Amino acid sequence: MLSRAADAIYWMNRYVERAENIARFIQVNLHLSLDQPMQMRSEQWAPLVKVTGDYDRFLERYGEATQESVIDFLTFDREYPNSIISCLDRARENARSVRQIISSEMWQQINTFFLMVSGVHKGIALEVPDDFFARIQMVCHTFTGIMSATMSHGEAWHFGRIGAMLERADKTSRILDVKYFILLPQVQDVGTPYDNIQWSALLKSASAFEMYRKKYGRIEPRDVAAFLILDPEFPRSIHYCLLEVERSLHLITGTPANTFVNEAERRVGRLRSGLVYTDIGEIIDQGLHQFLDGLQAQLNAVNDGVAQSFFPVNPTISND
Amino acid sequence: MNFSGYDPGHFYDELIDTQGKPREGASLLIDRISGLPDGDLRRRQEAAELVLLNMGITFNVYGDDAGAEKIMPFDIIPRVVEAADWTQIESGLKQRIQALNLFIDDIYHDQRIVKEGIVPAFVVESASGYRKECAGLQPPSGIWCHITGTDLVRDESGQFHVLEDNLRCPSGVSYMLENRQVMKRTFPQVFGASHVRAIDDYPDRLLQSLRYLAPEHIPSPTVVVLTPGIYNSAYFEHAFLAQQMGVELVEGRDLVVVDNLVMMRTTQGLQRVDVVYRRIDDDFLDPGVFREDSALGVPGLMNAYRAGNVALANAPGTGVADDKVVYAYVPKMIEFYLQEEMILPNVQTYLCWNDDERSYVLEHLDELVVKAANESGGYGMMIGPHASAEERADFAERIKADPRNYIAQPTLALSRSPVIVDDHFEGRHVDLRPFILNGEQIYVVPGGLTRVAMRKGSLVVNSSQGGGSKDTWVMASTAQEGDHA
Repeated sequence: MLSRAADAIYWMNRYVERAENIARFIQVNLHLSLDQPMQMRSEQWAPLVKVTGDYDRFLERYGEATQESVIDFLTFDREYPNSIISCLDRARENARSVRQIISSEMWQQINTFFLMVSGVHKGIALEVPDDFFARIQMVCHTFTGIMSATMSHGEAWHFGRIGAMLERADKTSRILDVKYFILLPQVQDVGTPYDNIQWSALLKSASAFEMYRKKYGRIEPRDVAAFLILDPEFPRSIHYCLLEVERSLHLITGTPANTFVNEAERRVGRLRSGLVYTDIGEIIDQGLHQFLDGLQAQLNAVNDGVAQSFFPVNPTISND
Repeated sequence: MNFSGYDPGHFYDELIDTQGKPREGASLLIDRISGLPDGDLRRRQEAAELVLLNMGITFNVYGDDAGAEKIMPFDIIPRVVEAADWTQIESGLKQRIQALNLFIDDIYHDQRIVKEGIVPAFVVESASGYRKECAGLQPPSGIWCHITGTDLVRDESGQFHVLEDNLRCPSGVSYMLENRQVMKRTFPQVFGASHVRAIDDYPDRLLQSLRYLAPEHIPSPTVVVLTPGIYNSAYFEHAFLAQQMGVELVEGRDLVVVDNLVMMRTTQGLQRVDVVYRRIDDDFLDPGVFREDSALGVPGLMNAYRAGNVALANAPGTGVADDKVVYAYVPKMIEFYLQEEMILPNVQTYLCWNDDERSYVLEHLDELVVKAANESGGYGMMIGPHASAEERADFAERIKADPRNYIAQPTLALSRSPVIVDDHFEGRHVDLRPFILNGEQIYVVPGGLTRVAMRKGSLVVNSSQGGGSKDTWVMASTAQEGDHA
C-alpha cells in the first residue's frame, strides 16, 4: 500500500484512541472528585493535564487548574492539538485522505462523530458531563469495532492497529506515572478508604478495575502497577499493547517471530521481550517513575522506527 | 403536497406539461408523490440531507475559510428524461466525442482543419488549453478524451442543446452516483415501480476504459487516480472513484519517475504504475514540462508518457476543446471529420474576435449572455438581462480589450423542474451533464448530473454559485425493459 496512506491510517487510529483515553480520564476524575472533601476537589484536576505532558502550555493559557478549565482545555480547545475535538478533527482529516482504503462505514462513523462533537453546545454537553464523556468513549469503541468488522485485516488494518496500540501503551504508562506519583507519598493514608478510592480510580482510568479485581481481589499499589504494566492478557496493559504491535508488524512484513528486518521490529521486539522477563519488584526498586520515563522514550523510538521503516513520504496532515 | 397550484410558467417544465398534466415518463412519480401524507415529503427531504451530511458528501468552496465544507444542496424530486429524448442525446454525444477526439488528434499532428481554413490557426493556438508541448504525441489507440462531461440545456421548445464541453477533468459523476443511492433510500417504492435505467456500473466501466489504455502485454495493469489532495474542491469525487474502482488514490508526491517508469512509493518499496487517471490540470502534471512551480505534479511524467510507459487519462492537451471559441466550431468539425450533420445542436454563439459579430454583441449586451472563453464554474460571465448598466459597461470594455477571449449567446429560457420550497413546489432552472467514456467503444451513461439553480429565477447552476442537484431518471423504452429487470 501507499506509504502516505499507511501513515494516515496509523494516525487516524492513534487520534481516535487518544480521544477515547482523554474522555475516560475526565469521566473517572469527575466521579472521583465527587468523593473528595470540598477543599481538595480542585487539586484533583491538575494531574490530568500533567498526564498529557502539556502542563506548561495549559498554565500559559488558563492559569489555574479547575474542573472547568481542565475540561475546557482537554475537550473543546481547538488551539490545543491534543484536545478531544482536535484529535477527532485530525482523525477525520486523516480518514478523508484514505477514504478509498477504509470502509464507507468507518468513514461515516468518524465523520458523524466529528460532527456530533463539533456541533455540540458546550454548556449543554456539560449539563450531564458523565453522559457526554461516556458517549465519546462508546463512539470510539464503535469505531474500532466497525473497523474490525468491515475492513480486511490486511496491511492497512495492521498499520491502524499499531497506531492504536502504541497510543494506548503510552496513555496507560502516563496515567500510571502521574497517579502513582501523587498517591504513594501519602503514607498516612495507606489502607484507608480514601486510599482505596484513589487506587480504584486509577484502575478505572484504564478501564482495568473489574479485570484487576478478578485477578488480584484486594487493591495493592504493587499489584496495580504489575497489572497495568506486565499483564499479557489485559488489553490496556503495556505488555499486551506491545505484543499486539509486534504481531501486526510481523504480519505486515512476513518476518518470522523473534527476528527483525527493520528498526520498528527490532525496537518493539527488544522492548517487549524485556517486559517478559521483568518482575514488578525490580521496577519498584528501580523507581516506577524512572522506569516509566524510560519506557515512554522507548515507545517513542518504536513510533519513529515505524515511520522510518514505512512512511518516508511527507504526510498530508501534520501529525505529531 | 401536490401539484395543483404548480405553475410551469413560460418555460419547458421537465415533469409537467403546459396543460398542468404530468409528462408521460413522470406520471407514476407525480402520482405517488401527490398521494403521500402531509409532511411526509419534507421528512424525506430532511432525511436525505442528513444522509449526505453523514456520508460527508461535501465540497470545498475556495476563498471561504470559515466552514469551508458544504453539502451540495439536493432536491429529492428527480428529473425525468424520456426514452426518446435520451436516444437523441446518446447518439448526439457519441457523434460529438468522436469529432472532438479527431479534432484534438488533428491539431497536435497535421492540423488539416487549420490548413483547409475551417478553424483559424490563432483560435487554436490562443486557446488556454492548447499545449504546444503535446504536438506529435501518440496516445494509446489514438484516444485523447477518455472521460468527458458535456453540459446540456433545454430551451422552451424542449430541444436539447450542448452548452459546454468539459474534456480536461470533468467532475460531478460521483454526485450522480450518490444521488441515486440516496434516492433509492428515499423513494424505494416509487423507484422500484418506475422503469429507470441503472447507472451503478459506471465505476466498473470506468475501470475497464482505463485498463484498456495499458499496453497489451500487461495482463493486470496498475491503475491509479491522481488527485491534488484533500483540499481540492473535488477531492470527495477522487476518493470515491478510487474506492469504487478499488485502485490507489495517489498525490504527486506518492509518485516518482525512475528510468522513465512511473512508480508509486509503497510500504514495500517502489511499485510500477501503468495507467494514471489524473484529476489535476495539465499545467500541474509535470513541473519539468509545464509549470515549473507546480508542487502537485510528478517530474518526468511527460517523458514516461512519451515513451509509452504510462497512459494518462485524459491525455494532456485535450483542454484545447474546452475553449468556448473552439466550441463554436464543433458543428464544422462534425461535417469536416465525419461528413455528418450535427445531431445535438450547439447554442448559437457569437465570436467577439470577428468584427461583425462583436459589433452585434456590443449593441445587444442587454439581451445576451457573455462568457469568457477560458473560464468555467460560472465565473467570468455576464447575463445581460439580469446585469446592471455598470456591469454591462464593464463587460463591453473587457470585450474590446480582449475580443478573442469573449463569446456571447442568446439568453436561453432554460427548462425548469419542480423543487420543494417549504410546503409547496416551485420550478427552478436545470441543466444536465451526462458522462461519456471513450475506450473500446464510446459509452454514454444513461443518466447524468442534473444541476439546479436553487435561487428563484437564477440561471446559474454551478455548485460554486449556490447551485444544487437532483437525481436524473432516464426512463427505459419498452425495448429496454428487459435490461432493467
